[in-house]
Amino acid sequence: MATPLLKSGIEAASQAVEPTSPVARFAADEPLAMDAGVDLAPWQIAYQTAGTLNAARSNAVLVCHALTGDQHVANTHPVTGKPGWWERLVGPGKPVDTDRYFVICANVVGSCMGTTGPASINPATGRAYGLDFPLVTVRDMVRGQAMLLDRLGIKDLFLCIGGSMGGMQVLQWAASYPERVFAAMPIATGARHSAQNIAFHEVGRQAILADPNWHGGRYLDVGTRPAKGLGVARMGAHITYLSEPALHRKFGRRLQDRDAPTFSFDADFQIESYLRHQGITFVERFDANAYLYLTRAMDYFDLAADHGGVLANAFRGTRTRFCIMSFTSDWLFPTADSRAIVHALNAAAAPVAFVEVESDKGHDAFLLDEPAMISAARGFIAAAGRERGL
Amino acid sequence: MSAVSASLAPAGLPQDATGSSRVDHLVVLGLVEPGSRVLDVGCGDGSLLALLRDRRGVDGRGIELSRQGVNACLALGLPVIQGDADTDLAAYPDDAFDYVILSQTIQATRQPKVVLEHLLRIGRRAIVSFPNFGHWRVRSELLLRGRMPVTDILPDPWYETPNIHHCTIRDFVGLCRVVGARIERASALDASGHPMRFALPWWVWNLVGTQGVFLLRRG
Repeated sequence: MATPLLKSGIEAASQAVEPTSPVARFAADEPLAMDAGVDLAPWQIAYQTAGTLNAARSNAVLVCHALTGDQHVANTHPVTGKPGWWERLVGPGKPVDTDRYFVICANVVGSCMGTTGPASINPATGRAYGLDFPLVTVRDMVRGQAMLLDRLGIKDLFLCIGGSMGGMQVLQWAASYPERVFAAMPIATGARHSAQNIAFHEVGRQAILADPNWHGGRYLDVGTRPAKGLGVARMGAHITYLSEPALHRKFGRRLQDRDAPTFSFDADFQIESYLRHQGITFVERFDANAYLYLTRAMDYFDLAADHGGVLANAFRGTRTRFCIMSFTSDWLFPTADSRAIVHALNAAAAPVAFVEVESDKGHDAFLLDEPAMISAARGFIAAAGRERGL
Repeated sequence: MSAVSASLAPAGLPQDATGSSRVDHLVVLGLVEPGSRVLDVGCGDGSLLALLRDRRGVDGRGIELSRQGVNACLALGLPVIQGDADTDLAAYPDDAFDYVILSQTIQATRQPKVVLEHLLRIGRRAIVSFPNFGHWRVRSELLLRGRMPVTDILPDPWYETPNIHHCTIRDFVGLCRVVGARIERASALDASGHPMRFALPWWVWNLVGTQGVFLLRRG
């Protein structure tokens, strides 16, 4: 077990510095102006595309990934070998139809799959940034994506779509660049991170900080990884992505490869074994410092606070059409969070549709095979495409 | 009240261009100014909103309880929110729409008075249609058979009906007075769903009308 783990860890680290994806590089005179007050330069953003940009450049779709997602939305993942994370929604003949639309998905700033983040080399020191990397916000991520679109010669998006932290980016896009977004689909998300969500993130971060292999964030210098801490962070977070009924249906109190409890702290229960597996596989593909930075970015997200405390002000005068979606069993971003967005958009007289999908799969439902989500997305995107003349 | 009824017959209905549209939808169509902003509460599959958009150039929004209805609306390109008239109207700002439509729904709300007050607050005008519980067939079912009526427009038995607040046309006129709504136009639809042509006294409408359709504004 140890050898492939180490090898994958090295592969993940190499993706941070030398990704297999195309990369847009921005030189010292093209900095990313970050909310932390730092001009990040030079910097780079790794991305994937699918489909073909039409002559009018009017069919571009930006897919925004979630906390631990990446740019590999509709292609095989270079580290895990798994299919793209949203192939149910993005691909030929899918609601985000790559036969009709030009799909872009970029790794966010602060992440670890080829876009500049804490695992990238700091040109000032020749070592990984570690905690010298400036704190990242969702607005920084969106600024970075906008600079990528400028580089690609794409003036405006037909559609901006994403779930969870990706949905936060969609909302930020609609607020920061309303004239660049024709249609927006924020899914299973909120206009701010709740106290409960910040609390769960803090537990995860403390697990990483408590791992002696974290070395004050300088673990890459000494050739270690805080695998235990990051694994525990992932295990805790993973519970919040599911639901009690889904856990019960999948695992119940069933035992793992044994007939009776062992009277030890071994993984007797299937749910324990499952969570440990989730922790281990996550460590293979993700950088611990990036996890610290991106969870912080979500915690800081509060779109209303950026607009005088009134969420509707974030969307005042917008011409973007919105489709908001939530899931009944999602307790991380419950339907009430989506309704708050809907009410704000109504107050701003924006065209908004809202669907609450019946599902017992919790927050993760947006990544899974939920026919109701897929058919609603298909209807909204196809109608928006007709209005756009695509 | 008969003074009001004199001006009530809906005029200019596009009777020759009904196509496959429901007659009661065409009645509503005749009440809406072109190019206005409309909220359809309980918009179902969006057929009325689509009609208003395509024939009146209306900027339409909807609220619908069922996900199937919302999905049908999405496919038509209609901005429709999955929600509930009883709980979601409070979140809309004042004067957000030129018209708020509540079609065949008020009798199924928990708080018809509160809902009607919201309609008049959110919209400059409200259009409300409902099944008339004063229709002679309803009355005769109760009077002669002693049973809760089951008719074409009220097809469910009492234990399954979503309609928990039945009212007659006269009852609704009374509610309009209570909430201070001004009745700009009103009509009764006959059994075939067509508006009754001639200005008739209220008691006749209340007896032979199967549905009432009202155009209201704040008093």
